[in-house]
Amino acid sequence: MFSTRVQAILVASMLIGLGLGLTLYKAISLGFPLLPGEYRDVWTLESKINFEPSAKGPVEIELRLPEMLTGWTAADEHFASSGFGFAVIDGPAETMAGAENAEIAESSGQKLTETDRRARWTRQQLERPTTLYYKLQIYRSVEPQPLPAIVPPIVPPPLLEEDQLAAMERLVAKLDSVSSGPESFTGLLIQEINSQSPDQDTLFLLSSYREDSAVVILDVLAYRGISAIRVRGIVLEDGRRRQTLSSLIEIHGAESSIVFNPKTAATGLPDNFFVWQRGDSAILNVMGGRNSSLEFALVSNRLPAKTLIGMGQASPEIDFLDFSIYALPVEQQGIFKGLLLIPVAALIVVLMRILVGVRTSGTFMPVLLALAFIQTTLVVGLMIFIALLGIGLWIRSYLSHLNLLLVSRVAAVIIVVILLMAILAVISYKLGLDQALTVTFFPTVIVAWTIERMSILWEEEGGYEVLVQGSGSLIVAVMAYLTMSNAVVAHLTFNFPELMLSLLGVILLLGKYTGFRLSELYRFRDMGRLK
Amino acid sequence: MIRLVSPARLRELGILGMNRRNISFIGTHNRRKNYRLADNKLATKSAALSRGLPVPKLYGTIESQSQIKSMAAQLADKPSFVIKPAQGSGGKGILVVTGRADGLFVKSSGLVIDEREIQKHTSNILAGLYSLGGRNDSAMVEALIDFDPRLQDYSVEGVPDIRIIVFRGVPVMAMMRCATHASDGKANLHQGAVGVGLDIGTGQSLHAVQYNRIINQHPDSGKGFADLAIPHWHQVLDLAASCASMTGLGYLGADIVLDLQGGPMLLELNARPGLAIQVANQAGLRWRLAAAAEIADRTTDQAEKIQWACEQFTREPAGQLDLVIN
Repeated sequence: MFSTRVQAILVASMLIGLGLGLTLYKAISLGFPLLPGEYRDVWTLESKINFEPSAKGPVEIELRLPEMLTGWTAADEHFASSGFGFAVIDGPAETMAGAENAEIAESSGQKLTETDRRARWTRQQLERPTTLYYKLQIYRSVEPQPLPAIVPPIVPPPLLEEDQLAAMERLVAKLDSVSSGPESFTGLLIQEINSQSPDQDTLFLLSSYREDSAVVILDVLAYRGISAIRVRGIVLEDGRRRQTLSSLIEIHGAESSIVFNPKTAATGLPDNFFVWQRGDSAILNVMGGRNSSLEFALVSNRLPAKTLIGMGQASPEIDFLDFSIYALPVEQQGIFKGLLLIPVAALIVVLMRILVGVRTSGTFMPVLLALAFIQTTLVVGLMIFIALLGIGLWIRSYLSHLNLLLVSRVAAVIIVVILLMAILAVISYKLGLDQALTVTFFPTVIVAWTIERMSILWEEEGGYEVLVQGSGSLIVAVMAYLTMSNAVVAHLTFNFPELMLSLLGVILLLGKYTGFRLSELYRFRDMGRLK
Repeated sequence: MIRLVSPARLRELGILGMNRRNISFIGTHNRRKNYRLADNKLATKSAALSRGLPVPKLYGTIESQSQIKSMAAQLADKPSFVIKPAQGSGGKGILVVTGRADGLFVKSSGLVIDEREIQKHTSNILAGLYSLGGRNDSAMVEALIDFDPRLQDYSVEGVPDIRIIVFRGVPVMAMMRCATHASDGKANLHQGAVGVGLDIGTGQSLHAVQYNRIINQHPDSGKGFADLAIPHWHQVLDLAASCASMTGLGYLGADIVLDLQGGPMLLELNARPGLAIQVANQAGLRWRLAAAAEIADRTTDQAEKIQWACEQFTREPAGQLDLVIN
């Protein structure tokens, strides 16, 4: 039998070789670039359609698919439809008699787009609540562009009750007197609707409408004779789950159209807004079902431009991709993105402890700190942590004076830490320092244990040792943070998860390192020189 | 600029580093199931007693909070005693009472405390304040060492102890740790205690080191270290070497005190002894450990092992000096 040393070296070199081999294969044969650079941000939008069957009988679900406007290109789309008849239909929408419109649906039914793609799931019978999935991957192939011009639709004035009409008339007259044209009218209208203290007429209109305020805005604009439509789409935020569709309002002037945010009155189409549909017709139609909802999960990846081109076609590359992290549902992809960085942080801890000899408080506490820093950003995170630790230690010194049993003392420290976090969040929010709100990302129990350990260390070995171990932990945490937030590292870990095998091999080898630590070169610096 | 020594120089001196200690000595020669005997002072004590090895007398143990109330009454006839955690490490949580005054307790530092302080300290021990990983612990009450007057002024505010590294039953390196005012009566070198390297062959001092500096006399008492020689040295070595077969630990540190009446007594064992002993001896452990392995391969007899060690690890021109650094 081999000695453990030889075994470790053999296993480690096999792992390192395997990891590097797979990486090279992917890089050379499949064209995954090793460095980020020729990369595109690819957004994966996972649409989840939830609904319950309403009665016995056939079920039909129709989802209007987005058009690629404003510079977006679809890389890939995928429908999950087990047990359902499924088809993608091109052509004008049929009116679905008796269909219960989803909450998103608003049927004024004006067709504004050239193409009209819809996905249709059908089934004869359905017993239990069901979720259907539609996954779409998009990227920007060209710089963001404005919405293409369309013939301004003529929107008929709204049908209103008499008192609503009167209120609207007064509101329009008031706004007209202070505005200079359709654009400023719209801006003022949005500000009025969203203001803290709207006037009587606005208040009445808002309360007499059951729908969201965007409907009120559209109706007032229609009443005023301004051609306006709703633009629905998704605000792209990495890692979001349960995102719903947002609305913007597009008004058509003499020569161009302007997009307004119905909440802030900001103009222009935001770069991170993916337009799903222009116009008011229903996005989701569910027949034979109820309580339907449409939600989105979003994640952003950087993919090589080359791979993107291949993704549309059926090529072996896609088969390979099916066995990568990309094959997972979007929510899990988002989680793995963070998870795959942890081995790198663990390597940093191993390096710092075995090769350098930094003393830290708790072996992998720095990794948890570094993960928190990723959420908070470095400087803010450091300040919050030092503040928590400082105040915590101060309060802990009083608890020590009370002479409590250990478990209740640690529990007390946990509660104190949470209180401190809450106070910090509230105070900073009141002061307008939004960044400090990220304090919640710190692992409470770990911080409490760190305070407890540091406090005992203080009593036993003095403040100097606390300083040594505390700054050791912080230095390692900062280094782990810097490595994890490096773009190349993030790219490699996510796109080449097989590199984790190599990392494992390196860590095994380091576990057999018998040489000196850097700190020992200092500790024993005077050996043999003193006499 | 921070001055560093080159790894080549450390190798030349035979210095043992932390990584090699962990892998090649602790990891290879100390089986985890044998740790318990070293980590728990009560277990060490009962194992030593069953083998007839001398240890400080145990007055009693306190295992639950309910026993704390009655402890003062039970200690009424003991003028002096020591309370320590059974699973403490690095001399943490040790309370030394040297005498009584008006119904109060006098600590070794001269401070006077009342019964409540003693109870609070014991309660902390039971809660695991001083134990590895904060586990619940028990407290033990021992007789105070009446330390040999010949070592009187070498240690201030604390008992001096002798640490001997034993590898495979061969005593390899020794030092005496002397408490100072700066170390708060603790025998911990990096807190400012003085480490005195001892000659394995004779028990005489080699040199004394405090804060990585050679010193000639105790910083508080002014007593010179040059003429220090440990009494009963051969018994000390024998006691340390016996611990190897008692615990089954291949690499261990034995801490021994000298009692005026009882002679050398085993205080505690350490399954992960530190590396500071190399600084106190101004010598590396590696060649000595290699030589000790040769000795252990040659003989299993304890007396013979000690005999070989005394010949090899000494300054006196008695054995193969080429194996000894410095």
